[in-house]
Amino acid sequence: MRTELAGPTASWNLASDLSQLLEYHFMVNALLAGSVAAVTAGLLGWLMLVRHETFAGHTLAVMAFPGASGAALLGAPAAAGYYAFCGAGALALGSSTQARQGSFRQRSAWIGSVQALALAAGFLFVSAYGGVLGDLEGLLFGNLLGIADGQLVALAALAALTLALLLAIGRPLLFASIDPDAASARGVPVRALASAFLLLLGIAVGSISQITGVLLVFSLLVAPAASAQALTPRPVLSLALTVVLGLLVVWLGLGIAYFSVYPPGFFVASVSFAIYVLARASAALLPRRASDEGDERTLDVQPDELVA
Amino acid sequence: MREGSAIELEDASVQLAGRAVWGEVSISMARGEFVALLGANGSGKSTLLRVVLGALALHRGRVRVLGERAGARNAAIGYLPQRHSFEPGTRLRGVDIVRLGLDGDRWGLPLPLPGRAARSRRRSARERVARVIEDVGGGRYADRAIDELSGGEQQRLLIAQALVRDPELLLLDEPLDSLDLPNQAGVARLVNGICRQAGVGVLLVAHDVNPLLPYIDRVIYLAGGRAVEGTVEQVINAETLSRLHGVPVEVLRASDGRVVVVGQPDAPALHHDRHMQSSLAAQGHAH
Repeated sequence: MRTELAGPTASWNLASDLSQLLEYHFMVNALLAGSVAAVTAGLLGWLMLVRHETFAGHTLAVMAFPGASGAALLGAPAAAGYYAFCGAGALALGSSTQARQGSFRQRSAWIGSVQALALAAGFLFVSAYGGVLGDLEGLLFGNLLGIADGQLVALAALAALTLALLLAIGRPLLFASIDPDAASARGVPVRALASAFLLLLGIAVGSISQITGVLLVFSLLVAPAASAQALTPRPVLSLALTVVLGLLVVWLGLGIAYFSVYPPGFFVASVSFAIYVLARASAALLPRRASDEGDERTLDVQPDELVA
Repeated sequence: MREGSAIELEDASVQLAGRAVWGEVSISMARGEFVALLGANGSGKSTLLRVVLGALALHRGRVRVLGERAGARNAAIGYLPQRHSFEPGTRLRGVDIVRLGLDGDRWGLPLPLPGRAARSRRRSARERVARVIEDVGGGRYADRAIDELSGGEQQRLLIAQALVRDPELLLLDEPLDSLDLPNQAGVARLVNGICRQAGVGVLLVAHDVNPLLPYIDRVIYLAGGRAVEGTVEQVINAETLSRLHGVPVEVLRASDGRVVVVGQPDAPALHHDRHMQSSLAAQGHAH
C-alpha cells in the first residue's frame, strides 16, 4: 500500500496537503479510527491517572499481545482474542483491587506478575504458531493505514458504549478514586467501581489496540491526559483539553506519516511524547506555589488563631 | 438540640480477623457535643468510627447512631477519613474535592440542562460549596490544585467536604495528624466553631489531646481493649489511665494546662512513632 503512494511530497500549502491526504479512503479511515481511539483512550486515561493506575493500564495493553497471538494460534478471530485476554486481564487485576490505600505495594507486585505472565504467554503462542505469525509487527505496532470499514464501525460502536458507561459511573468513580473511605461511607460501591473501571479499560484497550497496536495504545492513554492535567486542575477544562490533545496527536502523527516513509505509529508516539514534554515544561513555567516553599506557616493560619 | 444521643454503644465488642480489638465498651455521646477519641496506635479508634458508620458489624453488643442502627443515617454524617495528604499528581482543585462531598455519590453527570429550575439548582450547589469553603477559611486557595496546597490547607478543605451536606454529626479521623503546632491549634479552633455555631456533634480522633483541651466537652479513651469516657480531668489522670493500661502511668500537668502522659505502653505523646508510621504509609503509596 505504501509503495503505491510513491512518496507523496508535502508542500507549504497546508490546504493542498490536506486535500491530497484525504483523497485516499485508507487515510480517511485512519484519521477517523485514530480520532475515535484518541477520544476514548484520552478520557479513560484521564481517570486512570487520577486513580494512579497507570501500571494496571499498561498491563491491560500488554494483554492484547497474548490475546491476538493466541487467537491466531487457535484460528479464532483476532478480535475475540483481544477482548478475551484484555477482559480476563481486567478481571485478574480487579480481583486484587483493594479499596483501602495501604495495599498499593502488594498490588503493583501482583500487576507486574500478571504482566510478565502475559508477555510470556504471548511469546509462547507466537513460537507455537511456528514463527510465521503473519503480522507480528502490526500486532505490536498497529496497522493504522489498513483499517477496513467494518473495523471502524466496530471501534466506534464500542467507543460509544464505553463512553456512555463512563458518563453513567463517572462521578461516583471520581469520588471513589479521590477519597475511597469517604465515598464508601456515602454508600458508593468502591470496590465494584474499581473492578468495573478496569473492565471498561480492558475492553476499550482491547478494541483500540486492534488498530494502534499493543504498544502504541499506551501513548494515547497516558500522554494527552497527563499533559492536560499538568496544564490545569479544572476538571472540565482538563477533560476537554485531553480530547483536543489526543486528536492533535493522532492527526499530526498521521499527517506526518503520510508524507514520510516511516510507519505512522512512530509519529503518533513521538507527537504525544513531544506534547507531554511541552505541557510539563509550560506547567513548570506557570506561576505556581512550590509545595516546599513557605509551607504551612505563612499562608495557613491567621495570627488570631494562634492565641485561641 | 434534638432528643436522644448522637452515638450510643452498649456492651459492644469488635473483632478483626478473629482478634478482639476492644470489648464491653459502653459509651454515649450527646448531640452537639465535642468529644475527643483518644488512645494509642492500634487501640481501635478508627475501628470505632467504622462501627459508627456501619462499615463494621459488632461482634457483640448494640450500637445506635442518631437514633437508628449504624449505617442507616450516614447521609447525616460528615466523615473525614484518616489520611496524610493527597498524593502529588492529584490534579483537581480544592473546590472540586469539596464538591464531591455534596453530590459525588450520584450516578450520571450533572449535564448543563437549560431551564430555570436546573440553573437555580446548579447555582445553589455552587453557593453551598462556596459557603462551606468560606466557613473553613479556604477561600484564598480553594481554586488551586489540591496537590499544591499545604497539609493544613488540605485538611481544612477536607473538613469543608465533610460539612457540605449540613451533617448532624462529624466524624474526624486524626485531622490534626501531620500538621504543625500552629495549624493544629487553628484546625482545632475551626472544628470547635463548627460544633458550637452549627450545633454539629463532633467525634474527633486524636493522638495528642493538648491542642483540643480548650474546646472539648469530654473524652473517650481507648486502651487495653477497654474504653472509658468522661471529662478530661475524670479520664486523663494517673489512676484511671493506670487501671486502663494495666501498668503504672503518670500524668503530668504543665503550668499552661497541657498534659503529658508518661509510662504508658505505647505513649501517644511520643511523636516519632507517628512519623515512622506515616513514612511507611508514604512508601506504601509510592507506585
